[in-house]
Amino acid sequence: MAQQSELTLSRVRSAWFFLTPMLIAIALVAGWPLLRTIFLGFTDANLSDLSGYSFIGIENYIYYEDGEWYGLIADPTWWRSVWNTFFFTIVSVTLETGLGLIIALTLNAQFPGRGLLRAAILIPWAIPTIVSAKMWSWMLHDQFGVLNDIFLGIGVISQPIAWTADPQLSMWAVIMVDVWKTTPFMALLILAGLQMLPSDCYEAAKVDGVHPVKVFFKVTLPLVKPAIMVAVIFRALDALRIFDLIYVLTSNSEDTMSMSVYARQQLVDFQDVGYGSAASTLLFMIIAVLTVLYIVGGRVKLGD
Amino acid sequence: MQSLALKSQPVRSQPFKFPALRSLALKGGFWLLILAIVLFSVFPFYYAVLTSLKGGPSLFEINYFPQDWDFTNYVSIFKEQPFGRNILNSVLVAVAVVSLALFLGVTAAYALGRVQFRGRTTLLLTVLAVSMFPQVAVLSGMFELIRFLGIYNNLLGLILANTVLTLPFTVWVLTTFMRELPKELEESAVVDGATPWVIITKIFMPLMWPALVTTGLLAFIAAWNEFLFALTFTLSNEQRTVPVAIALISGASEFELPWGNIMAASVLVTVPVIVLVLIFQRKIVAGLTAGAVKG
Repeated sequence: MAQQSELTLSRVRSAWFFLTPMLIAIALVAGWPLLRTIFLGFTDANLSDLSGYSFIGIENYIYYEDGEWYGLIADPTWWRSVWNTFFFTIVSVTLETGLGLIIALTLNAQFPGRGLLRAAILIPWAIPTIVSAKMWSWMLHDQFGVLNDIFLGIGVISQPIAWTADPQLSMWAVIMVDVWKTTPFMALLILAGLQMLPSDCYEAAKVDGVHPVKVFFKVTLPLVKPAIMVAVIFRALDALRIFDLIYVLTSNSEDTMSMSVYARQQLVDFQDVGYGSAASTLLFMIIAVLTVLYIVGGRVKLGD
Repeated sequence: MQSLALKSQPVRSQPFKFPALRSLALKGGFWLLILAIVLFSVFPFYYAVLTSLKGGPSLFEINYFPQDWDFTNYVSIFKEQPFGRNILNSVLVAVAVVSLALFLGVTAAYALGRVQFRGRTTLLLTVLAVSMFPQVAVLSGMFELIRFLGIYNNLLGLILANTVLTLPFTVWVLTTFMRELPKELEESAVVDGATPWVIITKIFMPLMWPALVTTGLLAFIAAWNEFLFALTFTLSNEQRTVPVAIALISGASEFELPWGNIMAASVLVTVPVIVLVLIFQRKIVAGLTAGAVKG
């Protein structure tokens, strides 16, 4: 017995020994920079001279001067970017889940050429985001774009549309490209869930003559729901931090600016590290709070 | 039998009177759906390839099938800018980041997946939380760190920064794989007096190859596609990685982007990734689900 615990002890000791390099690496590349970002959010640091900053309390977030409120909390552009991010996340993740479910159900059926179909839907996922943003901005080009050509050809529109420049449409253009790029991811995760379902429920339903639509809503959907919930949280967290697609497709336009684009613009383009860090911190807090709410509210099991 | 068949197809919800016609319509609809999915997935890339093979004024004519096979765009991206250098940069950064993540990931996954100790779940959840980090949240802190280490506008800076993307994910997925290896293997090795290092390298590593390939590939794709850090932490054209180089290709003015060049560069950097993904598609799906569903 004593020897057993001796062995366990030495195993635990070597476990910590093996963990240390990884923990140091994560502390260096994630922990420390995050703490510094939060700290810099309370200073007036500037990009051109990062060492010469002074502590200014919460002035990056909010302060009052001559009858006016200033700072992040009082900046309508920030709130616009928050709204944009949430609108983008909710619409695109909903569409991706719906389409992903349809594709997953299709892939779950038996038909010749199924492997080819799966290969085809992996292509958008494999294409780098920047490349897909560029490909789509060419397809969405107002004069020479193929999308206008197709839509004019089938008579959906009567004149060419400036997809990415029109303030009414640019967010929808971003959503369209994101849906194209990430629906495969959703479909594959849902498909994995579908393939783990027990087949006996289906046989029972078949014997009882239950209508396929009813089987889908009463059997398939409830059983595959946990897989969908996890896929949705991964996608939503990814969508909330979106940067590259919006940055390349519509640049720094306020109509589509996400929280990440806003923070980087303050930080790099305007050189205001303090203010940009404050925005980054707020973005981090928003995502953290939402994640906790989702996990607690949805009872998603992420750990073991 | 007959009554069963009747029961399974109630007359009221039947859109067609003849079952044969109905099944034909269903089948046709199903294949239409498949065609729509394939077109939706493949057309944008097909169109990029088409555009990249056009030269001069024909670029601005819209065709749906290849007209000419003009490779000037592919030549000019290497002549007009250091695109070869950019590709090399991307490969160097991605390979370094993946090797680092795999090495640190395997040892950590052994500890997290095979050994019971206090604080293990907390550690795992921390790792998962870090992999869900918004990159922007570490941007200014990372910028300061990179300046402090003197590796701004240097590939080393990108390797450091990209580790935050790949390491937590690698640890998480490898832990899931490691947990499923049979217990008996390890027990008999322990009885024979093997040290944990020997257990990892001699017993688990041979079994872990499929998992390592999958995780490495996913980490490689993440590093290959990374944009925000590469855009922020490099300055000169020679230090840029491929995504930044493509995003910043510009023409004489903002309204005269060289679309042919952009499409050629895009196709060039995408084809290897697509080939890799198609070769390893089964493994990738397994890796993605280990990272998310089962996690």
